[in-house]
Parts: sequence; C-alpha cells; structure tokens
Amino acid sequence: MGLWFSLFTVVILVLLVFMGVGVVGLNSLFGILIPYAALLIFLVGVVYRVGKWTKAPVPFRIPTTCGQQKSHPWIKANNFESPSNTFGVLVRMALEVLLFRSLFRNTRAELRADGPRVVYGGTKWLWLAGLAFHWSFLLILIRHLRFFTEPIPFFVNLVASMDGLFEIGVPTLYVTDIIILLAVTYLFLRRVVIPQIRYISLAADYFPLFLILGVALSGVLMRHFYKVDIYKVKELATGLFSFHPLVPEGIGLAFYIHLFLVSTLLAYFPFSKLMHMGGVFLSPTRNLANNNRMRRHVNPWNYPVKVHTYEEYEDEFREKMKAVGLPVEKE
Amino acid sequence: MSEDLSNVPKPDELMRIDHKPPRKGWMDVPVDFKPGTYSYTAKAKNLKILGMPNPREWSPTDEDWKLPENWEEIVREGFKDRLDKYRSFQLFMDICVRCGACADKCHFFIGSGDPKNMPVLRAELMRSVYRKEFTTSGKIFGKLAGARELTVDVIKEWFYYFYQCTECRRCSVFCPYGIDTAEITMMGRELLHLLGCGINWAMEPVANCFRTGNHLGIQPHGFKDTLEFFADDIEDLTGIKINVPLNKKGAEILFVVPSGDYFGDPGTYTCMGYMMLFHELGLNYTWSTYASEGGNFGLFTSHEMIKRLNAKIYAEAKRLGVKWILGGECGHMWRVMHQYMDTMNGPADFLEVPTSPITGTRFENAKSTKMVHITEFTSDLMKHNKLRLDPGRNDNLIVTYHDSCNPARAMGLIEEPRYVIRNVCNHFHEMPENTIKEQTFCCGGGAGLGNDENMEMRLRGGFPRGNAVRYVQEKYGVNRLACVCAIDRATLVPVCDYWAPGVAVTGVHEMVANALLMKGEKERTTNLRGEPLPGKEEVEDE
Repeated sequence: MGLWFSLFTVVILVLLVFMGVGVVGLNSLFGILIPYAALLIFLVGVVYRVGKWTKAPVPFRIPTTCGQQKSHPWIKANNFESPSNTFGVLVRMALEVLLFRSLFRNTRAELRADGPRVVYGGTKWLWLAGLAFHWSFLLILIRHLRFFTEPIPFFVNLVASMDGLFEIGVPTLYVTDIIILLAVTYLFLRRVVIPQIRYISLAADYFPLFLILGVALSGVLMRHFYKVDIYKVKELATGLFSFHPLVPEGIGLAFYIHLFLVSTLLAYFPFSKLMHMGGVFLSPTRNLANNNRMRRHVNPWNYPVKVHTYEEYEDEFREKMKAVGLPVEKE
Repeated sequence: MSEDLSNVPKPDELMRIDHKPPRKGWMDVPVDFKPGTYSYTAKAKNLKILGMPNPREWSPTDEDWKLPENWEEIVREGFKDRLDKYRSFQLFMDICVRCGACADKCHFFIGSGDPKNMPVLRAELMRSVYRKEFTTSGKIFGKLAGARELTVDVIKEWFYYFYQCTECRRCSVFCPYGIDTAEITMMGRELLHLLGCGINWAMEPVANCFRTGNHLGIQPHGFKDTLEFFADDIEDLTGIKINVPLNKKGAEILFVVPSGDYFGDPGTYTCMGYMMLFHELGLNYTWSTYASEGGNFGLFTSHEMIKRLNAKIYAEAKRLGVKWILGGECGHMWRVMHQYMDTMNGPADFLEVPTSPITGTRFENAKSTKMVHITEFTSDLMKHNKLRLDPGRNDNLIVTYHDSCNPARAMGLIEEPRYVIRNVCNHFHEMPENTIKEQTFCCGGGAGLGNDENMEMRLRGGFPRGNAVRYVQEKYGVNRLACVCAIDRATLVPVCDYWAPGVAVTGVHEMVANALLMKGEKERTTNLRGEPLPGKEEVEDE
C-alpha cells in the first residue's frame, strides 16, 4: 500500500507541473512562490525539530560501548569505539557521520537446518549503497552552488570538474549522477525484495526514495536530453537568492519538474524520517563519552524517591540480627 | 540448578521456523500468548509493597486485563512525560529510517522468527502509537503514516514484546543512529507499570530487595548463615578457616555482589572464590546485609525503581564509613553502577578514590563513582604478581568466555576478565568474533525473563549463544563457559544443556580460587565444585 501510494503521489506531483506550468502557465507560482515557501518550511521546520530535541534533557549518560574501556594503563583502550574523552567522541561521531561506522559492521544471520545452527556472514551492500547515496547527494548539492553564486567558489568548480573527470558526452556526464541513481535504485529494490524489509516499510520509506529518484532523473533528463537554458536557470536562481525574484521566459518544463520535486523534498523534510540528518548528531548512545565512573553526569530533573532506609531495615530485623551477633545501631 | 527441559520440543523441532514474515501486515496480527513464551504477571502483594499502581491478580490470557478506568489517558500522559524528560526517547521515536540493519541482530528474532522481535518492529509497536498521538502526519494520514490507535490490544502486544526483549543493546551496536531498543523497552515497561502490568519474576525480586536488601528476600541472619556455610566448605577444601566480615564499620572496602552468587550453584562457587581471594590478600573489607544485593531489577522496571533500590549502596558505604566500593561479577548490576548510580544517588564525595591496598594502584577510571569491578581489581593484582597461582589446577577445563551484555556494551569491560582467565587456566578459546565482545549474544534470560514459565522463549533467545558455544565445543573440546554475570550463571545452564550439552557454566572467580595457592592450605584434591583436580583423579577413586 505504502509503495503504490508513494509512487502515485510522485506521479501526481509531476503531473501538477505539466498542468501548472505547461498548460496554465503558472511559472511564477512554480518558479518563485513554491520554492520560497518550501525553503521557509524547511528552515523553520528543521530548526523547530532540532530545537525540540535539544530542549529535551539527557538525564543519563548511556553510550553504547563498542570497544575496550579505559581502565588500566596497560590495557589498550579503544578511544574511538568506547571514547573516554571529547576527542574520542568527536572521532567516533565523525566515523559515524562521514563513514557510517555502525552500518559497516552489518552482518547477516542465516539459519541452517543441519544442527540446527546459525552462521553470520558479512554484508556490506547496505553500507556501500547508503554511503554512495549520501556522498553523491552531498557532492551534487555542492555542484549546484554554481547556480546560486557569482563568482563561483573554487571548491564548487573543483567538485564539478572532478565529478566530470571521465569527460563522457557533451555536456559531461557526472559520475555522482550515475551513482545516486544506482544507489537509490538499490535502496528501493532491497526494500521490495527482502521480505523482512518490505514488511517493515511504510509509505514514509518509499516516498522519499521516489521523490529523490524523481529529482535525480529530472536533473539528468534536463541536462542530457530535454536540455534547458542553463543561463536562464542561473538567472532565476540568483534572483531567488538575492530576493529579486524573476522568471525568465522559456527555461523548459523539465526544469520546473526538477524544481518542484526539490521543493517538495525540502518542505517534506522536517516532517519526515529524513530528519535523521540532524538526529544522528544528537544520539546519546553515540555522542557521549564512556567516562561514567570518572566524571559525574548530572540529571537536571533528578528527584527524591521513596527508599527503604537502613533504620527501617534494622527496625524490622533488629532482634534477628542481635541473635546471630550482627552489629546494630540501636540496641 | 538444572531446569526441567522435558516440556520443550527438541532443538531441530524448535528451530523449524521461518524468518520470512507473514503476508498479513503486522498491525493486523494480534498477539498470541503461547505457553512457554511469556512470564507470569506481578502479584498484587509485590506491587503493594512498592506502592505501585493497580495491584490485582490477573493473567495475560484473560480477556479483561482489569486496566484502570482512564488507562488511555494514563498512557498518553506517561508517554508525553517521558518524551519531555528523555532526549533518547524522543529521538528514537523520530529518526529511525527502517533500514533493517538491526533486524537479524536480535537473539529473539534469530531464535523465534517472529517479525515483531526484529528490534525495528519492536520499536514500531510504540512509534505507531507515538505517531497517532503526537505527530500531525500520524493524526491526518493514520495507518498510511504508520500510525495506529491506542487500544487494549496494543497494550497486550506491548506486554508480550517488551517482555521479550532482554535490553541487551546488541541492536544498538549496528544501528547507524545508535537507536537503543533497551531504551525503548524500558519506556514501554514504565508505561505498562503505570497500568499495573508487570511480571512477577521481576517484581517479586524488586519487592524483596526493597525490604530485605536482596532480590531473594534473604534476611540478615540467613545471609550470615549462608556465607558461614561457604566458609565451612572452603575449610573442608583447603583446611583454612576464613573470616566473614559482615556489616563491619571502619572496613576499607564495601563488597557488593548480586544475590545470585550466594543463592544457587554455580554462582555459589564464584562467591566462595571471592571469599578465598580476599582472605588470601588479608583485605580489610566487609559484606553488608542491608546492601546484600548489587543486582538491580529496578533496571527492568523503571528509572525510578533503579534509583529506589540503588540508593542503599552509597547509604551503606556512608554508614559503615568505608573508603570505596568493590563490586562482584554481575551484568546488569554493572550497567547500573557504571551508567546510573553516580547520577542518581551521587555524588559520592564521602568516599575516596579507590586505591588497591595491595598494589597501590589508584583506579582513576572510577574516581567519581568510587566503585571498582572485581575483574579490574583482580587483573591489577595479577599484573603486579601479587597472587600465587597454579593454572594447572584448572587443566581439566577447556574454557571459553561469554561477554555479558551490559559489561560489554555499557561499560567496555572486555579485556580485564580475559586477562584474569588467561592467568588462571591453560586452555582458553574464543567463540567466533560475531558472537563475543561488543557483538556478544544475550543468554536469553536477562531483564527479568529468566523464569521457568518462559523457558521456550529463553531457549530460542539463547540459541545464538548456545550455537556459538557448541561451535567451540566441537572445534576445541570446550567444556566450560566462563562469564561475569549472575543471571548468566543461572540462565546459561539450561541454554548449554539444551544447545551444547556437556558444557558447564562458571564464574571467573571460581576459576581464580581454584588456581589460587593459599598460604597454609592443605593439598587440594578437588576443585570448588568437587571435581577431581587434574592428576588427582585416582586419589578421588580410592
């Protein structure tokens, strides 16, 4: 149900552009108003969501330790998997955010009838596809900065030229475009093919995949097939970002589809699981040091509780304690 | 202790399972309380002792669970309260992308094939309600957004599956966002307790512990008797009369163990092991009858209950005027001591930074909490050659080591016990790397689930561990599974009997005591559990 609903929604979104821009000619709506609104929702939404998380206290220091603690000087501590200081935490988080350390551990358990027994094989495909997807998305985003900036920062040109290193076709085919399409396709297929993953998948899992696939496909189409006027696109983009928006005539429908899907993605972002982008930095099992016994962690809402005091205990058992010679406070 | 496993189907029959989920969506599959897979409910008397809500007699198989009149409101408000108090909870409700990396990391999923034992789905049981109650998209799109109504059936499902999670945190090792199912299960159980829905095998120990100081309800004179009985056994074995310091003011160290160590075999041998070691060192320490439990089933109940039970540790240390605290071999106890005690009941500014009176080592890693793990203490002794050991006395043992969940994944206590083991035995073999250290598998009976009525589910959950044990049994002839956890010492016994028959379970300090050459001891012919020592078999036979 989630799958078809999501696919259907993305198709509707594309049709909306055909109608809105192609037939009715609402270029300003799709070129200016919607992108502005989407960006606003994105910014306010993300700040709100992250703000809400950070407002919630972290009452206990609960890192999941994945390596040797720091104890004796002669036992080698693993400061990146079980960090005892801020430096270790930073490295652990960097490994997690940049290289998906935890996902790299992934294994697959397989039940064998002989025995019966269970064996564990390494499986790195999810890690690889996830990493490829996120990194190419980032690089594509950086490449796109050339539409918003003048002069174009050197690193944007650098990324673009490295991305087009193979110089296949005119205009040059970007490697990241290929990778992101392959990676998203893989991430979609595993959701459909692996029974357990299909079982847990919601519309909220398929929708962003289709949306991103739509963004990437429309981008590739307008670069290589239904070519749009790149100078006019930049005119629109810089206009938007300098708050002097204007819509140049004749950019091409493919661009509006691309822009509308991107706008949808931005507006959808704060309400969705895509917020894991912000959340990963806040996860208390990862971003806290395993120095619990070295430094006291304070719980801001620590409140007094009903305990059973020694006095109450001794009052109940005093005679029995005295009978066997156990020392007591009150004779 | 050997449990009756006759009611459980044979291994190949038990494992005739399919990890493929059914066609029907999980929201449409109602929970089925099958005997052998759930725990009996908390008795009213135990809830009353603790002042907990809705004490009553009931069973999960009852149609009517006798929930409070306004139970929906209670859950809703309890949920909201916890979202506001715990960033972990809020975050873990929000950021899961359902990548499924956690799915086959859970021992209960591997051993049962029940899709709701996939950590992701266990959490979705709760997230679905969260979406409906607390998110706009859930309110508008309902089932499409993965949201569902809070109903009595949902509560029943929560009860079944949050008491089918041992809070072992293995899934959180693999999660790209560190989502910790233990955290979610703890919240789920807290909400259930607001309605009076708990299990007796957790709540009776909690009630006992609150009143008598330990889970088993052993009263002060009984505790003294037990330890003195062990001292007699030790004298029979070694010819050495050892002291049992109890509630001794002015001792340097307060020693705290899980009550499992003085309650039943094979934990009792570990307990004797501590006593022999401390005697040999001439340690100025004391046991406490009031703090006669280091374990804390509050961890399996609620955060408030952890604090209520744990408070006695520092209180007793203060009353007795000790300098620091030493803790025995226990898994979940060490999660509490390491990650909660100081925050909840500290600061322990009346204690001193733990310093070994034998080696002079300052335990800088415990300088705030002031509590040291026994294997940290003993490994330090060994490193400084303070113990005379004959590992040959353990030559009849071919040993492997089971990392207990909490010391491994909430402490990082990995090499200390291994160092101790290598010093006291000559035959040590590791299980496969996917099943040890931070990837260690639960015994299947932690977090209050180690009861007899839940045996089938325990054996299912114990399958990955038992399977790894059998692997080293076949490969190296392993016959002894060492661990540093009292729950393990109770629950791994049936797990091994069932999945790897012939492997017995031992604490680490039982092996230490067997290898320990004590001043003035007579020639030993058996180890602590009465097995003939290597080379002494014939002496035994005579």
